[in-house]
Amino acid sequence: MTASSTRAGRPHAAWALPGVLFFSVFAVAPMVLAFYLSFTEWNGLGDPRPVGLANWQRLLDDPRLTQSLWLTALLTVTSWAFQTVVSLLLGVWAAGRQRNRAVLSAIFFVPFLLSSTAIALLFFALLDPNFGIIQQDTLGSSSGAFLAIVFVGGWQFIPFHTLLYQGGARQIPEVLHQAAAIDGAGRYRRFFSITLPQLRNTMATSGVLMVVGSLTYFETVLILTQGGPGTDTAILPYLMYEAGFKSYDFGYASAVASFLVATATGLSLLLVRMTGFGAMRSTREGM
Amino acid sequence: MSHDTLPRPVKTDGPSAPRSAARRPRRHWTRRANPLAGLGSLLWLVVVIVPIYAMVSASLTRQDEALGRNALQPPAHPTLDNYNTVLNSGFGHFLSNTAIVAAAVVGIVLVLCVPLAYVAVRTRNRWSGAAFRLFLLGVAIPAQAVVVPLYLMIAKLNLYDSLLAVVLPTAAFAMPVAVLVLTGTLRDISEDLYEAMALDGASPLRMLFQLTVPLAKGGIGTVVIYSALQAWNGFLFPLIFTQSDGPRVLTLGLFNYVSQFGVNIPALLASVVLSGIPIFAVYLVARRALVGGLMGVGGK
Repeated sequence: MTASSTRAGRPHAAWALPGVLFFSVFAVAPMVLAFYLSFTEWNGLGDPRPVGLANWQRLLDDPRLTQSLWLTALLTVTSWAFQTVVSLLLGVWAAGRQRNRAVLSAIFFVPFLLSSTAIALLFFALLDPNFGIIQQDTLGSSSGAFLAIVFVGGWQFIPFHTLLYQGGARQIPEVLHQAAAIDGAGRYRRFFSITLPQLRNTMATSGVLMVVGSLTYFETVLILTQGGPGTDTAILPYLMYEAGFKSYDFGYASAVASFLVATATGLSLLLVRMTGFGAMRSTREGM
Repeated sequence: MSHDTLPRPVKTDGPSAPRSAARRPRRHWTRRANPLAGLGSLLWLVVVIVPIYAMVSASLTRQDEALGRNALQPPAHPTLDNYNTVLNSGFGHFLSNTAIVAAAVVGIVLVLCVPLAYVAVRTRNRWSGAAFRLFLLGVAIPAQAVVVPLYLMIAKLNLYDSLLAVVLPTAAFAMPVAVLVLTGTLRDISEDLYEAMALDGASPLRMLFQLTVPLAKGGIGTVVIYSALQAWNGFLFPLIFTQSDGPRVLTLGLFNYVSQFGVNIPALLASVVLSGIPIFAVYLVARRALVGGLMGVGGK
């Protein structure tokens, strides 16, 4: 009786099929196809022609790959550090319910409303040496261009992550802080002993989104620096774009893309591990 | 101004000694000013406001005044000419294309992901588990990694240079996060409610529409906002899968203004301001839903 009444009314797994099929066709299959294309030569016209390991050999000998991998890693780590520190502090601060905080949080959110393209164009103009706020050639120097990309990415995405931390901080039970305050823990002590540990899930979610997100700073790089000066900001996605859609060397571009997929899959496995998303539990349990 | 809104104890509360003693620890940790944090937040306010101010003020500046002027200086002869220039170069067309893409993406994502999340939460077997893990892995696939094969597929499907070429992959790439948000929300719906409905003989379909969807409104709202923002923000797919003016979306329109306006930075910035206005309007009206929905993602 109980068995049948709980089983009754459960949807058939086939309900998931349309979604799975759609996602497989437009996201998973291309990933597999990218790997296949990395063993071919194709200039965008006609059909891809198999060339064996040629692209991979060329890629591994390409000094730009090493530089690009290093830049991608550096950009990811720097952006993560910058955005985590700022959005964690702002988010915890904004979690208080005073009115001035609500007003400021509303203003803080505004950059997120502009598209990446709009933001990249805005800073392209503001960093112009003849026009901009800083009257020097920031984008012309390699460290300047790199830092500009980190800053612009942060400017755009910190509002979003602040919001995540604000939500996370509001879910911390007040009694924890009260108990610690009664025990004589000061503000900073409570921040490190209660707030930070309680925010670890938020940090994992937000951290992985940041890391994956920094792989998508492509627009910013394309508009702000075109990978320059020289090749000093040519991160992996930009290298792929150049090989494919500027040099029409799609086989080679696919080899670069396969590197991206590998990185991304690694990150995604990390996500599953760290956040416990895989466990089919209500997150409210144990609160 | 903040004084009026703070819930202060009323006067009659004051003399009651034991009560105020009991409240002290609470007041201690919520009310005392934190000057360092206050200063930090003001600093960030400057970081946020200065570029926005510089953008708006430059967009109102006459082009002949723009160069060599300090970007923080207000315009000497404010003008709307730059906005006219932009509005006369296809801006409305690009905007409506973006709106079409956003609506289609939101529609596809909802139709596909709600049943998916429903199955992932309610029917736990090998197949639904595998489907769920597929989307977990999908969270981290960067669109850049698959753009070459997608280009090949779009060309073979004869969709190149159409809005559909932008809609389909954009929707697919919005799905993983949508599935995660929805399963997160659906898991919090009590099993008892389903059992009660099952006892009344309700079919899974009826439960979905009469129980799950109404109770998951918050999560669904988040998914609508998230996928609309994805479509709004999309650049790479339109850049590579479209070519002509017909299916050109706003982000690409903006990008093209760079070459079109060249050094006309005021017009360029006017286009950026204009591109922000529609979503800013939505933000002013639906701030609570927009912010509240996204905030929940981090708490999960």
